[in-house]
Amino acid sequence: MKKEIICAGFGGQGVLTIGRFIAQAGMREGKHVSWLPSYGPEMRGGTANVSAVVSDQPIASPIVSTPDILVALNQPSIDKFGPQIRPGGVLVYDTGMCPKGCDRTDIQIISAPLTELAQEIGSMRVLNMIAIGMVIGRTNVIKYESMEEDLTSYLKDRDPDLLEKNLIAIKKGMELGKA
Amino acid sequence: MEVIATRPESLREVPFTYCPGCTHGIAHRLIAESIDEHGLINKMAGVAPVGCSVFAYKFFNFDMAEAAHGRAPAVATGIKRARPDMHIFTYQGDGDLAAIGTAEIVHAANRGEHISVFFVNNAIYGMTGGQMAPTTLPDMKTTTSPYGRKVDDIGYPIRVCELLDTLVAPYYIERVSLLSGPDIIKAKRAVSKAIQYNKEGRGFTFIEFVSTCPTNWGMDPVKAMEWARENMLPFYKPGVFRDKGAQE
Amino acid sequence: MSKVLMKGNEAVAKAAINAGCRLYFAYPITPQSELIEYMAKMMPTVGGTFLQAESEVSAINMVYGAAGAGKRVMTTSSSPGISLKAEGMSYIAGAELPCVIINVQRGGPGLGDIQPAQGDYFQATKGGGHGDYHLIVLAPSSVQEFADMASEAFDLADKYRNPVMILADGMLGQMMEPVEFKPAVTEEEMEAMGHQHESWCIHPNQDGDLKHHHEINSLEIDPVVLEKHVNQLYEKYARIEANETRHELHNINDDNEMVVVAFGTASRIVRSAVDELNTEGRNIGLFRPITVWPYPYEELAKCIGPKVKQVYVFELNTGQMVEDVKLAVNGKVPVHFWGRVGGMVFTPEQIKEKLQACF
Repeated sequence: MKKEIICAGFGGQGVLTIGRFIAQAGMREGKHVSWLPSYGPEMRGGTANVSAVVSDQPIASPIVSTPDILVALNQPSIDKFGPQIRPGGVLVYDTGMCPKGCDRTDIQIISAPLTELAQEIGSMRVLNMIAIGMVIGRTNVIKYESMEEDLTSYLKDRDPDLLEKNLIAIKKGMELGKA
Repeated sequence: MEVIATRPESLREVPFTYCPGCTHGIAHRLIAESIDEHGLINKMAGVAPVGCSVFAYKFFNFDMAEAAHGRAPAVATGIKRARPDMHIFTYQGDGDLAAIGTAEIVHAANRGEHISVFFVNNAIYGMTGGQMAPTTLPDMKTTTSPYGRKVDDIGYPIRVCELLDTLVAPYYIERVSLLSGPDIIKAKRAVSKAIQYNKEGRGFTFIEFVSTCPTNWGMDPVKAMEWARENMLPFYKPGVFRDKGAQE
Repeated sequence: MSKVLMKGNEAVAKAAINAGCRLYFAYPITPQSELIEYMAKMMPTVGGTFLQAESEVSAINMVYGAAGAGKRVMTTSSSPGISLKAEGMSYIAGAELPCVIINVQRGGPGLGDIQPAQGDYFQATKGGGHGDYHLIVLAPSSVQEFADMASEAFDLADKYRNPVMILADGMLGQMMEPVEFKPAVTEEEMEAMGHQHESWCIHPNQDGDLKHHHEINSLEIDPVVLEKHVNQLYEKYARIEANETRHELHNINDDNEMVVVAFGTASRIVRSAVDELNTEGRNIGLFRPITVWPYPYEELAKCIGPKVKQVYVFELNTGQMVEDVKLAVNGKVPVHFWGRVGGMVFTPEQIKEKLQACF
């Protein structure tokens, strides 16, 4: 199994973090992983994207040009990377930030108003976790348990409340992904 | 027969390669004597520059590094950080220190790097054959200022002690001259103080020697001394610019 | 030890500290900022020296000083900064000082851009600074290899009293992959390492010892003596060429119809394309030099099997290593080249297309 993922959005939205969590969880599962960010002078507000690969085999190219999964947090990301998604692949996007969506019919499209959902859970910081949950709900790229272990190791002592909200967010995303 | 003067232990038995009447030999000797007096020969290392004193690495009787043009303070920084138990000095001329190596000297001084810098200012590039230095006096003729240094075009000479004295970190900055017997005795006191502060780990110490270059100035050594007293000293005034040790 | 997910820039910094590097002098430049930042954070915790120099030039000369004092020392930069260090590298090679220099390459010439490139191959392997000298140059292709090369680079530097460069690129510096670290050198090893160069380096006299006078120097004003010195350097380089070439083979066999050559991160992109074509029935071998100086000429020549019709070289430059490949292939079969520049990175699909066009 090899899954290639692109996460894209505005700089500062945390798309690099989404990729990082996926790679980290994949590593926890004993898989080969790579995480390759776009980098440049825009620290905030510019475009940002990351290529993540999770594979049973050693990873040759860390560059993803035809992703199995695209997580898009703004419309330009769909416009740019949407056409590259492998047929049958998955697009996860935030309806609030991507008003036009995507008109492809040969891919699986899962969308949700991530901002509102995050607000309902009680922290904008969990928006990314909903997106990751949507990926987990639809694909087998990583397991929920790996995310839970990972987040627990970071947050258990530092911020148990945020840990709780993160886990709720992932589960919420998984429901959406499964639907 | 009583020996009243001999080669300092800190100088090797290697003949100097300097021109007759050159003051580098005096400066070397003052440094070597001071290192001997402070008992530092086993813990001393020096950094030689590019210029007439390029062979200084052969003359001193302890470990020496030869640096690229102007980089001696950076090299000394590397040695000092690698061997904090050693005492390090650089020996540099005016082209090396005040032109190509301006960044290195300013920043080593600004860090308060625990090194001593001995700066020989004779207002000219010696080894390369008498070109204009950053310290060449206004209207002074050199091979690259054949009509005299035009300050409107190339700017005024740089006074390095004054420049470094604007920084907070340096511990000791003094300008001395090597232009007469009494001047040399004063210079010796300054060098010895710099080495003492170095030994005590006080911080960055800087001694400028106002010197001559009879060969490239086209004068005999005595005339060169006179010329320097008349022309160099009014612009490069000797004195203590900074002595944090004296204030403590 | 378990694996951690880390950026190449941070992994190599950590590995250098593990290898006993306690002196680091550098100047900030993208895309190697994480490296200098990691050192700034970690060096004080191991009693080491981190110094942000006033310039790239000063940084390499601080390295000259510290290496002259016989201690493990490193500097790092990216392409334009490496050009500034070229003067110092020539002096360090001339004075035969061991040290490690990392180049996290970006697009050039000039300021270029900050995206990954391999345009400094000539600079790294053929000179860069003035005069006759060589750096040992290692080209990593993964974060793990980048980290492993830190200790290898220091060992080679110490063994041959020669500067060693790790020639990485922005992709490797910025990329995160799982990495497992070799155990850090012990206090005893550090102690022994600290004395290994005392026959020539700057160090204090012990009380009662005979005085020593060591000169750290690249100047030799007498041409007769300088010629002898350079010839001795070249005897050393010949020993390095004979003993230290490293390379990796991927699907090299007697039935190869083509051999592809690529180094560093570019080789991974190429490997994806080669693997796909091989599953579609082709038989393409991939040769990856790990040392790019010394270049594994003989090892590559041996890979040109009886059925190989052509060799294809892919680089993120306008064709630099291809010259070494041609020397190795020595006219036996045609050598093709394709590359992308300016920080544009080719994709496996593009490589596949180029290769398919050959059949």
